[in-house]
Amino acid sequence: MAASPAPFSLSASTVPARLRAAVAPAAAARGRQRRGRMVVRAKIREIFMPALSSTMTEGKIVSWTATEGDRVSKGDAVVVVESDKADMDVETFYDGIVAAVLVPAGESAPVGAPIALLAESEEEVSLAVAKAQELAKVGQPQQAPPPSADVAGTPPPPPPRPAEAPVVVPAPVVAGTKGIATPQAKKLAKQHRVDLAKVTVTGPFGRITPADVEAAAGIQPKPKVAPAAAAPPPPVAAPSVGAVPQAAVLPPVPGAIVVPFTTMQAAVSKNMVESLAVPAFRVGYPILTNKLDELYEKVKSKGVTMTVLLAKAAAMALAQHPVVNSSCKDGKSFTYNSNINIAVAVAIDGGLITPVLQDADKLDIYLLSQNWKDLVKKARAKQLQPNEYSSGTFTLSNLGMFGVDRFDAILPPGQGAIMAVGASKPTVVTDKDGFFSVKSKMQVNVTADHRIVYGADLAAFLQTFAKVIEDPDSLTL
Amino acid sequence: MQSTAAVPMSASVITTGGSGARSGAARRPGRIRVCWLRGEALACPSLRISQEPARRAVARAAAASNGAVAGSGGFDYDLVIIGAGVGGHGAALHAVEEGLKTAIIEGDVVGGTCVNRGCVPSKALLAVSGRMRELHDEHHMKSLGLQVSSPGYDRQAVADHANNLASKIRSNLTNSMNALGVDILTGVGTIVGKQKVRYGKVGFPDKEITARNIIIATGSVPFVPKGIEIDGKTVFTSDHALKLESVPDWIAIVGSGYIGLEFSDVYTALGSEVTFVEALDQLMPGFDPEIAKLAQRVLINPRKIDYHTGVFASKITPAKDGKPVLIELIDAKTKEHKETLEVDAALIATGRAPFTKGLGLENINVVTQRGFVPVDERMQVMDADGNVVPDLYCIGDANGKLMLAHAASAQGISVVEQISGRDHVLNHLSIPAACFTHPEISMVGLTEPQAREKADKEGFEINVVKTSFKANTKALAENGADGLAKLIYRRDTGEILGVHILGLHAADLIHEASNAIALGTCVQDIKFAVHAHPTLSEVLDELFKSAKLQPRGVQDSKPNQPPQPLLKVLSFITSLFSSQK
Repeated sequence: MAASPAPFSLSASTVPARLRAAVAPAAAARGRQRRGRMVVRAKIREIFMPALSSTMTEGKIVSWTATEGDRVSKGDAVVVVESDKADMDVETFYDGIVAAVLVPAGESAPVGAPIALLAESEEEVSLAVAKAQELAKVGQPQQAPPPSADVAGTPPPPPPRPAEAPVVVPAPVVAGTKGIATPQAKKLAKQHRVDLAKVTVTGPFGRITPADVEAAAGIQPKPKVAPAAAAPPPPVAAPSVGAVPQAAVLPPVPGAIVVPFTTMQAAVSKNMVESLAVPAFRVGYPILTNKLDELYEKVKSKGVTMTVLLAKAAAMALAQHPVVNSSCKDGKSFTYNSNINIAVAVAIDGGLITPVLQDADKLDIYLLSQNWKDLVKKARAKQLQPNEYSSGTFTLSNLGMFGVDRFDAILPPGQGAIMAVGASKPTVVTDKDGFFSVKSKMQVNVTADHRIVYGADLAAFLQTFAKVIEDPDSLTL
Repeated sequence: MQSTAAVPMSASVITTGGSGARSGAARRPGRIRVCWLRGEALACPSLRISQEPARRAVARAAAASNGAVAGSGGFDYDLVIIGAGVGGHGAALHAVEEGLKTAIIEGDVVGGTCVNRGCVPSKALLAVSGRMRELHDEHHMKSLGLQVSSPGYDRQAVADHANNLASKIRSNLTNSMNALGVDILTGVGTIVGKQKVRYGKVGFPDKEITARNIIIATGSVPFVPKGIEIDGKTVFTSDHALKLESVPDWIAIVGSGYIGLEFSDVYTALGSEVTFVEALDQLMPGFDPEIAKLAQRVLINPRKIDYHTGVFASKITPAKDGKPVLIELIDAKTKEHKETLEVDAALIATGRAPFTKGLGLENINVVTQRGFVPVDERMQVMDADGNVVPDLYCIGDANGKLMLAHAASAQGISVVEQISGRDHVLNHLSIPAACFTHPEISMVGLTEPQAREKADKEGFEINVVKTSFKANTKALAENGADGLAKLIYRRDTGEILGVHILGLHAADLIHEASNAIALGTCVQDIKFAVHAHPTLSEVLDELFKSAKLQPRGVQDSKPNQPPQPLLKVLSFITSLFSSQK
């Protein structure tokens, strides 16, 4: 503490200074030859920025107690250094004359960098001054010899650090940020060396939140252990859609490879964990799709996909059941959304993204198809803007194309419901008169937030949705 | 301007207050100290009412005499106080003690700013924030061996705690005045002439009373600079913030004085992120520079706080139409636009402005200065020609000498002393101040630069000694070793010029120093006082013990050439300050 400035000893080392003529033979014996020239060294010592605490990476010179030309003796305080924790008086190890101050008061230098030159005698002062000028010419002398050199410029963590490992910022989604970051976000960014310009923004008003920075730095919210420093291996098989590896508490099986999440994966992980705070429930509904399939055959040539037809159908049903399109932000109220924006889950390389078909109830299927094509293209190129993947009010997830007959989706944060669509399969059905026939039938399963959407709401919504699908003419209107 | 207003008069206090005390002391040696101390003891109402029968008898007698007109010489009252804040309350109690027939006029609620919208409710919030902070500090808890899982809070319950505390203190204050027979008159008071006050509803002051003496104690209101639009929801002052109607995710605090600093402690403990906007080049401008620097390390840097210094908030627009709060920052010197902040809320803590409108000062030829009522060192009001207005006094924030609740009360007691025929000048340098952050900051007397300036001017030498809380057993036991105590004293006489503390319970520790200053106790004497072990008070004990005086006889031998090591220390310290621009 500044209260009792603990004297701190300097790490000073003998530094050879070039000298043409022979001076003290004792000194010459220590010298090393360079450039094949006959060189003799004099005793000029550098005073280094000391490491005053385990976390200190650079220090600011508060003031020089000794000025150039002052004769100092071993144990004298020569400089006051401000570290990240306190101001401390720093003593010299050697007698000598302060020949040149390299870092003036008020400026900072990394730990281990020379901050002044100490000459042993009057004669050597001029040499030291010359050396100081030389150093100044070279520019910021950043690597300094012995003891403290290892510490220079690098933070304390584990010594074996291959390359610039831990900070992997792939920035899958270029964020349209205004560069506004909260105070803590800025602090974390500095601490984890995250470039704020490359952070995916999720905060309100396009603001970078601490969570965004942590996501970008690959930090999971709960376990504070720093990501393992193993060199990232060539990309392993990308995790399948929605499959987020749970952070296992158990130690990894020997030989296992730890791959830190990308920003997108971290965001998915965060959203999934958040969903646990929502009391969700599920309602399933079987729907006959023969007529929809017929319609699809008709409009396929015009570029309309099944995804768009399902999204449109959902939007039309939502228009009649606004509560399913609402969301619960604070646990106390309904937030009714003025638009019906259908987010559609899409698997992309190494992750999952949900491009949003905006105003799906208002636009016709041809326009929606056009929009959808653009969105998918952008998603693959990782160029979606935040409003193109985060403005959904209802999500559609379709695994039917893989032959999945039914599944259950997890509710994304900020939405009231998500629909999981399975494959349409020929099934034997009986009509009300007892006649058997074979019809295509698909199973949809909706997960909803029970704080706002109740069972009957969801059942009524599904009934409407089924009507639209089973009599799909209205889709083309 | 934005933050200097927090301690606007500190500079002038030093000069006028200091010299005033000296001249008073010269006139009546020993007298002042006694009065001051007595005033201190009597400012505690519960002590007087319940515990001491003798005192109670005095109070009863006083209450009884309050009904008689005899003592008032044809006046309705001996003393009428306009404003029932802490200052007016302190004056009223002391006046009754002195047998004066007293009335107090209040147009709002008894207790004033301190009790209703200031010190009192904020302490309730800070009590919560201190605990939250500890519970959330995993490292701290673990090192004590405690296990706590995810502590949380109920905002409304926290707000209720603050509100309940204010009501309780308010009723205590009212009861203490009723019990003593102080007439509480409801309405807004206006001075209509010499020794004449009218009061009643705003604009209809229908009742008129006469008084031998009048004390103005109308206090202050939050100061809001031009260009700032207050909506009470997203842009607000301490008045609204103390109700804790919301805890925004990100709040900008304009001004980094006591008020701003305390609120940053509350908000960050409750989970908000904070951005300070400070007009001066440094945060916490009113504080001793070394304390401010340490405070920044302890209270700002490790927390979710960032700051902009040397900037004015030229325009602040509340959140509306789906937009956040917008704060335009301009350079304090060049007035150029620098940046626009987008935050969820803004707290305006740019100091306080005197509340002196409608007092009818024009009726007695008194002109306010920036709203403050001009007074002399005895709190006597000065008119436009610089003459003392007889029988009229002004205490507390309304005169701006030292805008602290306890200063107002001390000034009120000083005035009552004078009314009762004993000359009294309050030594403002003995009034402590405290900031109730975690850890707390407290101070009394001069800062180091002020002391150096005074020493240069008056030709003496000062010494500065410091101790750390790290060396204190109790602080270590509490795991609260962050802290520093600093003593500035005269090398020749040992007079204590200033004490500054940052650390656990600093606000409670300062009184040993402030009492020493008030009593004129010097370091060489107080260092023999005994402190219980182990207590935090030993921090000050160690501080006093480490103070070394100039040896007798060596005095003035080489006034212009201090010994070599001292020179080094001095040059180091001065360079420390010069480098802090």
